[in-house]
Amino acid sequence: MKKSNKIFKLVVILFLTFLYAPALLLPIFSFNNSKVIAFPLSGFSTIWFQELFYENTLHNALLNSLVIAISSTILATILGTLVARASTRYIFYGKKISITFILVPLILPEIILGVCLLTLLIQLGLELNLWSVVLGHTLLITPFSTLIMVSAFNNLDISFEEASLDLGMSSLQTFRMIILPMVLPGLISSLLIGFVISLDEFIIAFFLTGVEPTLPVYIWSQFRFPAKLPSTMALGTILLIVSLILVSLFEYFRRKMELYNN
Amino acid sequence: MYISEQNKRGWRLLGVPFIFAIFLLAVPIATMTALSFWTQDYLTLIKTITFENYKQAWFQPVFQTLFARSLVISMTVTFLTILFAFPIAYYISFYGGKRKALWLFLITIPFWTSYLLRMFLWKVILGYNGVLNSFFEWLGVITEPLTFLLYNSNAVVLALVHGWAPFAILPIFVSLEKIDRSLLEASNDLGDNSFNQFFRIILPLSMPGVIGAVLIIFIPCIGDYITPKLVGGPEGLMIANMIQVQFSKANNAPLAAALSVTSLLIVGIISMAFVFFNRKYLKNY
Repeated sequence: MKKSNKIFKLVVILFLTFLYAPALLLPIFSFNNSKVIAFPLSGFSTIWFQELFYENTLHNALLNSLVIAISSTILATILGTLVARASTRYIFYGKKISITFILVPLILPEIILGVCLLTLLIQLGLELNLWSVVLGHTLLITPFSTLIMVSAFNNLDISFEEASLDLGMSSLQTFRMIILPMVLPGLISSLLIGFVISLDEFIIAFFLTGVEPTLPVYIWSQFRFPAKLPSTMALGTILLIVSLILVSLFEYFRRKMELYNN
Repeated sequence: MYISEQNKRGWRLLGVPFIFAIFLLAVPIATMTALSFWTQDYLTLIKTITFENYKQAWFQPVFQTLFARSLVISMTVTFLTILFAFPIAYYISFYGGKRKALWLFLITIPFWTSYLLRMFLWKVILGYNGVLNSFFEWLGVITEPLTFLLYNSNAVVLALVHGWAPFAILPIFVSLEKIDRSLLEASNDLGDNSFNQFFRIILPLSMPGVIGAVLIIFIPCIGDYITPKLVGGPEGLMIANMIQVQFSKANNAPLAAALSVTSLLIVGIISMAFVFFNRKYLKNY
């Protein structure tokens, strides 16, 4: 038992190294004073971060991505909350099949989602712009929101709600003063995860964005220019730090949610 | 509450999201399927129903090769990811102690690097002047950079296994956590060795997680566009790259639609067959 335990630990550590290798290279090359992304390193420099300040296309792309991420995350969280509430509170006809259907984007290949939505928009003669990406991302994030909110509502003891209704509060008041505060950690988790997913999503945005690039579409276009790579690495480092902060917050709220549970 | 009241309230909540999904999922899929039966002459669509696109998609060797390669890559990735993920999930679940949540968090951290950049970094690692080659040269193991590392199917598989690892670890971990530990004590007491214990108790009981992981990885992998484009080279391109080309440069949206519908059919049939053959493990779900 002891020996197998050690072998296990070795496998786990090797695997973790494999998992971390690419992510660790990102900061290394973004502080490297060289135009070439290769070893040996040639000295410390922050020049690639400075370069990011002068890239107007990047600032535009970032702004586009923020607008898309914020809008689609809020929309998806509202939709996900509705689905989760219906799923955890009521029994009704067609429940299982309709909810499964809403969860389908979770496993559907993203390129299929992109192709489908693009086909529809073209057939309807609609113009492609940031809002088409918002729709696509809302569709993609709603299942994640739903799953997070289902676990938030599952932790909710129905007797609080009943007590509040019995004591004469309206259902709106009950929702605002009892249910909402209790599922708040879930709502925040859903917003954080949705934001991170949208900010990182490439293929749907690539298909639906028209002429305005999002951040990943911008990064993709930079891959063609070797001279732009070091500053793209710097951008990646910043993105990594931002998503780490968001995900740590997510973990914090998720644990808070679990505390309610116990 | 009466059933009719439950029905009313349930659908009042579900109505908006359901209509949203109908308009943005069911209608687009229907439109794409319709498009796959039409043809395009430069920019005008000819809306006469024809099987021409499917004839091309199914019988032209180019597309057959791409479909076959995408399938083989996806299956290999799924198999390898689960093979590596299982010991990790097992270790965390059985030896993680009080630090289980921390372990899981550690495993997910690298995945919050942008997917694009992570895949691009594999190019940096495996490339001609890449990390691995310069490391080996520094060690003196090789004198010429190795060229078989990048731009082939193996590079795609490696990068995808890396990309999808947490999606296998998490569901397997969840199902391992659900195993009643007293079953293992009982089998120990009754003289089962650890080999038997694994194959007769742990593996069968963790199958729901494994099946979940297979579906979560296999289905999206077939449609991956970024990885083959970045590290696959011409020999490692997959069907998603062809779909994109047909849609944009080749200006043949109907053929792209037929290729998309075909990919969906293939993964759908394989996934359903997989679930069907493993249905005995899913009885309680």
